[in-house]
Amino acid sequence: MNKTDALIIGAGPTGLFTAHQLKLIGLDCEIVDNLDKIGGQCIELYPDKPIYDIPAVPECTGEELTNNLINQIKPFDIKFHLSERVDEVKKEGDNWIVKTNNGKTFSTPNVIIAGGVGSFEPRKFPVKECEKFENKSVLYSIKDKSIFKDKTVTIFGGGDSALDWAVELSKNSQVNLVHRRDDFRGAQATVDKVNELAKDGKINLFTKYQISSVKGEYKLESLDIKNDDKEIKTLKTDYALGFFGLIMQLGPIANWGLNIDKKTIEVDTEKFETNQKGIYAVGDICSYPGKLKLILSGFHEGALAARACFKLARPNEKYRFEFTTSSKTIKDRLGVKSD
Amino acid sequence: MAKITYITHDNHNHTIEVQNGLSVMEGAVQNDIPGIDADCGGGMACATCHVYVKDEWFDKIPAKEDGEEDMLDMAFEPKKNSRLSCQIIVSDELNGLTVHIPSKQG
Repeated sequence: MNKTDALIIGAGPTGLFTAHQLKLIGLDCEIVDNLDKIGGQCIELYPDKPIYDIPAVPECTGEELTNNLINQIKPFDIKFHLSERVDEVKKEGDNWIVKTNNGKTFSTPNVIIAGGVGSFEPRKFPVKECEKFENKSVLYSIKDKSIFKDKTVTIFGGGDSALDWAVELSKNSQVNLVHRRDDFRGAQATVDKVNELAKDGKINLFTKYQISSVKGEYKLESLDIKNDDKEIKTLKTDYALGFFGLIMQLGPIANWGLNIDKKTIEVDTEKFETNQKGIYAVGDICSYPGKLKLILSGFHEGALAARACFKLARPNEKYRFEFTTSSKTIKDRLGVKSD
Repeated sequence: MAKITYITHDNHNHTIEVQNGLSVMEGAVQNDIPGIDADCGGGMACATCHVYVKDEWFDKIPAKEDGEEDMLDMAFEPKKNSRLSCQIIVSDELNGLTVHIPSKQG
């Protein structure tokens, strides 16, 4: 059981700055995120796209913003729990007991949800029957590539994940690569490699095709692919791999007894607290009259939620507002010399 | 101003007037038309405002910019007439535009 003053759900810009604010006022915190990396939407959806409305930063990319925020919290020792999705939040006495999908548990008086639009999950095949084979012969990520040895693998997608795996698995497996159009959006070098392997018969390439059905009793046996002219091809296959990127799902948050409307959580604008005492929501996932889904709003919301956490984490102490420019205590926490 | 008709996957028609300059996605979201999620808020970064443009309209609306086709690779059941509705900006010329909303966004 991990004990902490505040648990932050979501390692996007809002979660990172909220952690900074908590540590600055002397509280400890830990951060959980379902992605395997820090940065949230900034790193997953637009790492290379420029952002122009961060105060005092005329222009930066999603990746640069993330790196700057990571630098800003470097003085503090903050524990990250990546690739962990929070599944359960339950009250026990004065604390919230938080459980992740991998069995980690936390006990904390404060839970700050900085979850954006929810957790990122792989996009799945549109064919419903695929669910039957999911995690067995229909996969959306690869943990152990040795299972594909000497098998037939049908890969769907046109980005780097699909192409990289097609190249890699073609060494030891029979690979079909299916994509909805002739153009691939992966790196040019990989596209060239795939085309070369296709020419040599190492990869069977099917462009302008999409999945239309799957067949199999206990395990996947074959699947049908269809093109725009409704021509159908049947491919015998042991595995189907889909690489269509990630999508955000609100997921288990919906079950925590919070007031949710249109995938956002209602909060007050003093503490950014939800209808549950000690659970706060900040950033894109919160809603209140006048809410703007801007990164700068998330920073403000996180700063206020952090102060609210103080009361529950240190019930016998009084929070005193201090400036970073003048406070010796804050400078000590930051590890910088006082004048 | 343009009248835009959104047809949901279960065949409900929603015809609304959308101001020039807004996107077809914003028209849907602001009028609570179901089925358009627009998770990224119009940044062409998520493919959850996917629509099918009625054939006679497909060539009349401004063509896709770079990147939209890449995002459509990730959309749920993309077709020849697929577009991201955040990338279609409303003008008088679009009066009468009809789009179909897919059964899911992902």
